[in-house]
Amino acid sequence: MTGFVIDVHDLCKSFGARKVIEGLSLQVAKGEICGFLGANGSGKTTTIRMLCGLLVPDSGSGNCLGFDILRDGPRIRREVGYMTQRFSYYEDLTVFENLDLVANIYEMADHQNAVRNIMDRMGLADRADQLAGQLSGGWKQRLALAACVLHQPRLLLLDEPTAGVDAKARREFWDLIHDMAGEGLTVLVSTHYMDEAERCKRIVYLASGRIVVQGSAEDVARDSGLVTFEGMGEDIDAVSRRLRHMPGVEAAAVFGRALRIGGMDRVKLEDAIHSVADAGLSWQEVEPRLEDVFIHMLGTKEGKA
Amino acid sequence: MNAFSLRRFLALLKKEWIQMRRDPMTLRLIIMMPLMQLLLFGYALNANPKNLPAGLLTVENSKYERTLVTALHNTGYYDIRRLTSEAQAEQGLADGKLLFVVDIPANFDRSVDRGESPSILIDADGTDPTAIGYAVGSLGGLSTALDHDLPPVRRAQPASPPFQFVVHTRYNPEQLTVLNIVPGLICVVLMMSTLMLTTLAITRERERGTMENLLAMPVRPVEVMLAKITPYIGVGYIQVVVILLVSTILFHLPVHGSLLLLLFVRGLVIASNLALGITFSTLAANQMQATQMAQFTLMPAMMLSGFFFPFLGMPLWAQWVGELLPTTHAMRIARGVLLKGNGLPAVLPDLWPIVLFTIVVVVVAVRFYRETLD
Repeated sequence: MTGFVIDVHDLCKSFGARKVIEGLSLQVAKGEICGFLGANGSGKTTTIRMLCGLLVPDSGSGNCLGFDILRDGPRIRREVGYMTQRFSYYEDLTVFENLDLVANIYEMADHQNAVRNIMDRMGLADRADQLAGQLSGGWKQRLALAACVLHQPRLLLLDEPTAGVDAKARREFWDLIHDMAGEGLTVLVSTHYMDEAERCKRIVYLASGRIVVQGSAEDVARDSGLVTFEGMGEDIDAVSRRLRHMPGVEAAAVFGRALRIGGMDRVKLEDAIHSVADAGLSWQEVEPRLEDVFIHMLGTKEGKA
Repeated sequence: MNAFSLRRFLALLKKEWIQMRRDPMTLRLIIMMPLMQLLLFGYALNANPKNLPAGLLTVENSKYERTLVTALHNTGYYDIRRLTSEAQAEQGLADGKLLFVVDIPANFDRSVDRGESPSILIDADGTDPTAIGYAVGSLGGLSTALDHDLPPVRRAQPASPPFQFVVHTRYNPEQLTVLNIVPGLICVVLMMSTLMLTTLAITRERERGTMENLLAMPVRPVEVMLAKITPYIGVGYIQVVVILLVSTILFHLPVHGSLLLLLFVRGLVIASNLALGITFSTLAANQMQATQMAQFTLMPAMMLSGFFFPFLGMPLWAQWVGELLPTTHAMRIARGVLLKGNGLPAVLPDLWPIVLFTIVVVVVAVRFYRETLD
């Protein structure tokens, strides 16, 4: 035992000729909330599926909850709660019936009570008899979370759990996850939302099947070496268009009344700002945000720079 | 993880049962399908059509000719009307308004009397051979139609107007077709519905995305499959009962053998179909493929099982293929028990192939049920 809940090395996985994961190593400590980030198709879902034994890696090795991921798939599954990207409970069953099914599949003792407790905790009690297919996106998400923590797993694997859910529901969802992590549950969660990434203790950025960056949100932003300036003034849309194609400007985006530009080369950035001095914007250097960092990594050939 | 958990199985069974109950349209179709097929096969689809439109071309209105026309009419197959010209005959055949044109040559009576054996030309519309088959066959029985009218000299010789066709079947074939078809229909309808329904079962889970979740939970393949099969055994029995009831009431189907034995055998047949359906379901990537696979088996099963064509009339290789199909044996058992009153010893030779088939198919299904998403 390494002390890590997830401890895998050099995982590779191909589908046909397409290499999806190329030498991925990942360690996640107990009670940690680990954010899994990366562009669409970067291998997040495949990694999560390999961790719970739904896919067998072509090469590499590792443990999940102390079980070998190559051999002990069924045992890992008993202890893991896996929430799929797409809602995967039965839409023609009610909330209660879905949870009851899951409780029985895990052969839980006193499953009636367990189901009732989880429904109370997730606020699903009022909707117990509603068909899952008639729930709104946020409630479906809750049902799915309830179903995958029902059997009291030691590790939660959440694959984009909040995609398409409104801000309030997302906030509440994350509060629940933090509560559970506080109780010792380890969580690996993939997401595209930066505010969610910032709520993770550690983030892991995946590109082309490799981990490119990892660390806390602040560390990742600081260590990126990215320089960002913010300009305020009139007509920032026009300035943004002019700046976007200048050398050294990797990203230029308007946020309300502010224009943010970023790049790795400070000198070139400052030159670019000088060249648009006629627009009369007031500039100042700002801390790069996580989002700037990711846009930068996405822009530089999937972060291989 | 234990190999089989009754609790998990029952939980999955309950889920299947709820899902089936919440889909009343499918349930209604399940009951209506055998009824519709039974009525279609019993009433609408007739392999022995009668009163087919026939035109008569003739020069004079002679004695022998009148006798022949009456004889043709009496077969029940020909609805004869007189034509005025050859052009009209051609037009009628081309339009499909006439299936036959009977052309009686000039001086027909005299030629017959002289023993010249004149030819009566019958133009038949061959586009649908089954439609005219029986009618053409009936011509063979008409060779003696003129015998009574022939002059004594001719009677002594084996006078034969040149109709050389198959002997006309004498009993009422229509009645027999229905009785022969109902036992077969029980098998075919069962196969259509149960195979189709289960074929979709696992692919549906896959397409709706619920399979990934099912796989991520500790369930055994055997539990998933049994839970999917069991409700449909009940559905299959409902269909059998509907078919038997309706056939008895509408077609006076005799039940000579033991109904209990029949129902027992049906259970095995249903199980074999369901097992096959589940196997397709695990092999197919999507519902479309699964449906195609089911169609792919339904056709040979209907053609080679002795449902449409007499089994012994098929070439040897086709018989061999037919012997492999559970439907073939199921049909023999159904006919034997219902029409001949066969008991258990008599159906045993057809029983074990069904059981063997089921076991083989279940083994394949369990082997190919993927516990991972690979």
